[in-house]
Amino acid sequence: MVTIAANDSDLRQRAWDAAAQVVDPEIPVLTIADLGVLRDVAVRDGRIEVAITPTYSGCPAMNMIAVEIEVALERAGFRNSKVRTVLSPAWTTDWMSEDGRRKLKDYGIAPPQAGGGRRALFGEQQVACPQCGSTETEVLSEFGSTSCKALWRCRSCREPFDYFKCH
Amino acid sequence: MSAASITVSETPLVLYTLRRADDALILGHRLSEWCGHAPMLEEDMAMANMGLDLLGQARELYSYAAKVEGKGNDEDKFAYLRDVRQYRNLLLLEQPNGDFARTMTRQFFYAAFSDLYWRAMMKSRDATLAAIAAKSEKESAYHLRHSSEWMVRLGDGTDESHRRVQAAVDDLWAFTGEMFAVDDSERGLIDAGIAIDPAMLRTPWLATVSRVLDESTLTKPQNEWMQQGGRDGRHSEHLGHLLSELQSMQRSFPGATW
Repeated sequence: MVTIAANDSDLRQRAWDAAAQVVDPEIPVLTIADLGVLRDVAVRDGRIEVAITPTYSGCPAMNMIAVEIEVALERAGFRNSKVRTVLSPAWTTDWMSEDGRRKLKDYGIAPPQAGGGRRALFGEQQVACPQCGSTETEVLSEFGSTSCKALWRCRSCREPFDYFKCH
Repeated sequence: MSAASITVSETPLVLYTLRRADDALILGHRLSEWCGHAPMLEEDMAMANMGLDLLGQARELYSYAAKVEGKGNDEDKFAYLRDVRQYRNLLLLEQPNGDFARTMTRQFFYAAFSDLYWRAMMKSRDATLAAIAAKSEKESAYHLRHSSEWMVRLGDGTDESHRRVQAAVDDLWAFTGEMFAVDDSERGLIDAGIAIDPAMLRTPWLATVSRVLDESTLTKPQNEWMQQGGRDGRHSEHLGHLLSELQSMQRSFPGATW
């Protein structure tokens, strides 16, 4: 986080609140704050500067999210805001908020396992079905409907479901 | 074709970055050629997803090369307005898709390398390359797992799938040595801690490849002669055809947008 002058802190908070409302266009129950995509909001010379980070290098939602942030800030009364992309530190699913994980599950997408770093990739994964809660599940496809998801199936209730991959 | 090719000032860091950007773009484009044609829907999505990861990596690398070069080029100009001799990708990655076994073998050989490469590059003294590496490393891990599983499934599958994937391994083997080659322009970057020495990755790469080929009941080729040239712009005939498709819009309608 960038240190800002005290008289800018109200502005910054209002801008953060406005930007934090923007939702992921592909998973509209999650805000960019829930996802951990919103990294920083700063006030520079009276202008708002927002930093976001991509989930995956090729995530096609990033351009849309940047536009939506500018629109949200405009509506909140901030003119000429600027959105920049930062790559470091690299986004990880561990940044997803608890609230975000719950919302994801309620939406029918199995949330990523917390602390499931890179090494978990090559070990056993136990993913609970977001519909019935059973852990009798199997992977159908490593790559799903978006870059961040895999396709799984529940052997108990037979429902296929999306799983938000650990990253 | 009416848009002229750009000129590029290939200082060592620009050249180094463009080589990796071209790797990602060309392999990503090859994978995109499967879109709508894969043997099953899940693999159609998988290859499009991996292609998208690679395209994202290419965009970051091209943008950085443009910034370092500082001559007004950008990611689109690098992709659309360089001719075949200006491309710097590995020969392996421009090889045609062939059948699914060949595409997976190409993917496996490269992912087994890129997974090691990007992890090592996270320690680069160049902050931008290190940041790109940190993202790409996670993506490569998925690409490696996916293609490794297919090597086993195809190699230890039916007689027909075994025959096809063994033929792909034999044919593509001679293109794998180029991944570990270093030239003078890269030597200085390695000494400065900006680039890593790929020769160090050869032993762990061989270990991964040998383990997966064993499990796949496939035979590791014994020939040690390796084909090179892509890093210097000497390509197989296949790249020109690929570029003619990739670049046709910008060459025919310069600056077209939508």
